[in-house]
Amino acid sequence: MSASTIAGFVGALLVGLGLYALIVNANPLKKLLAFNLIGSGVFLVFGIVARRGAVGAFPFDPVPQAMVITGIVVAFGASALAVALMLRLAEESGRVTLDPEGGDEGAGDV
Amino acid sequence: MTTAAATTEGGALLVLAILLPAAGFLASFALGARAGERIALGSAPIALVIAVAVLAMVWRAGRPIVYAIAGLSPPLGIALRADGVSAVMLVATALIIPAAGLYARAGFATPPSAGESRKAFTFWIMLQAISAALAIIFVSGDLFNLYVALELLTFAAVPLACVEGRTETFAAALRYLLFALFGSIFYLLGAALLYGAFGTLDIALLAERMRPLPAVAAAAALMTAGLLAKTALFPLHLWLPPAHANAPAPASAVLSGLVVKGSFFLTVRLWFDVLPALPAIGFDAILGALGSAAVVFGSVLALRQPRLKLLIAYSTIAQIGYLFLGFPLGSGPHAWTADGWNGGLMQVLAHAFAKAAMFLAAGVLYESLGHDRIAKFSGAARAMPMTILTLGLGGLSLMGLPPSGGFAAKWLLLRASVSSGQWLWALVLLLGGLLAAGYVYRILAPALSGESIALIAPPRRTGEAIALTLAIVAVALGFAPDSFFQLLDIGRPALTTAGPP
Repeated sequence: MSASTIAGFVGALLVGLGLYALIVNANPLKKLLAFNLIGSGVFLVFGIVARRGAVGAFPFDPVPQAMVITGIVVAFGASALAVALMLRLAEESGRVTLDPEGGDEGAGDV
Repeated sequence: MTTAAATTEGGALLVLAILLPAAGFLASFALGARAGERIALGSAPIALVIAVAVLAMVWRAGRPIVYAIAGLSPPLGIALRADGVSAVMLVATALIIPAAGLYARAGFATPPSAGESRKAFTFWIMLQAISAALAIIFVSGDLFNLYVALELLTFAAVPLACVEGRTETFAAALRYLLFALFGSIFYLLGAALLYGAFGTLDIALLAERMRPLPAVAAAAALMTAGLLAKTALFPLHLWLPPAHANAPAPASAVLSGLVVKGSFFLTVRLWFDVLPALPAIGFDAILGALGSAAVVFGSVLALRQPRLKLLIAYSTIAQIGYLFLGFPLGSGPHAWTADGWNGGLMQVLAHAFAKAAMFLAAGVLYESLGHDRIAKFSGAARAMPMTILTLGLGGLSLMGLPPSGGFAAKWLLLRASVSSGQWLWALVLLLGGLLAAGYVYRILAPALSGESIALIAPPRRTGEAIALTLAIVAVALGFAPDSFFQLLDIGRPALTTAGPP
């Protein structure tokens, strides 16, 4: 099994673990960590795409690498925004939960 | 076909359409809330002129206009491309954003004597950021570029949903953000798989190179699921009602009318522009079935809501469902797909204007009554006839009664489903119309009865007038001439593959 095949499986595993964590955990912070886990898996897949796209003197295709860097920056910004929202929510209500204080339908099952 | 990637006449307009709001929100960030308000409202007419100019160029050329950034054609560079639908959506954005902005002056203006509030600062920046993100989504020709635009749209929309700073808005915004983040990360994974398979993410090049590989099916499924979470299609709609109903009225209008259309537009791009060469593997039927479930589920829940803003938010879920009927009815080289395509896009426009009008009207009601409990609306029509008329006209379009944009949309979809023999969708359209009539009646019946109502403040005339204007546009869309639909067809991929009927 080549290195990029193993890396591909690891990427898929990370995405799967993250998705599982997203579904089973009600805590928003754990959901955010799950998002970051999926993100790592996706970036790993990008890395393999870059490796497989090697042509000529380049050991890597530079385009997916550029995309990964953009993706990491976006995921970082997203995580920062989510943490800021959680902190603000904790400040206002004293607890961090996605369940609003009743009022709308179907809200309890996230 | 590769010649389509070179810059065409008027291509620079597409750059302007993005740069104007982007420069606007950066300048507002640097200069503060007072300047931000002036920039947002002052740049709105220019944005409208640019959007109309793009529309005129597309119409005159009869084919999409293209701009290759830095003169580099794809696959090396990134192309901006505007077809008929992009141009129409740009114009709709350029009309609804300033309407929300003008309406919002009552709540988010910074008077000369007062200090600048963080609330106003956030609102005016995010409003312009949304219009920049939407402009990129409508004209971008590259799937990765679209990913970044989609994220920009989310990052602008989430703060708008909690700009009031109440506890429940933070919970709603957080849930919205989490749904959106998972949506976009799956979209990105799909994009990685597509790049791995074809070595490009340019939409036109991908369409040319498309072959039915296993990776393509996986990518299509991942990207679609991600986009559906952002569009709030049933069963991924849970975030929408609290986020849209708790936001201030002008923000709700933009979120419900435009922001969910951004990710829907991208779904359309994906299935009609990137993947039409794929053999039908039942995806369009799945999307249609989810859309149908959304129509029924959203409408029934709308019928049960005690508060007006929640009712309107659940109605958004139902109306989004109709959009997805355009997938089974508008795809493939058939004689009826033109009706399905036109109907789906007309629904996008009609809902954008009708829903923005209704949220603004609900905002006026809330300000004057101090609540939005439907059961206590008795006598409202006498006190604020213009607002109730707005809700009625918007409701007319949601129900799909003539004359209105909603009627035109549902009529076209109905015609497509009948002539294609897909009767199930026709039943959904009719049932959805009945249910919509039910929830619109629930608003209007108490409002039109009763003699008097206690107002805590007189209704704001300018707010009422802005909402009514949007509702009138939604109704006027029902009178769209044939040339309007010819415009929507410019660049429609199904036409180019099917040839003349």
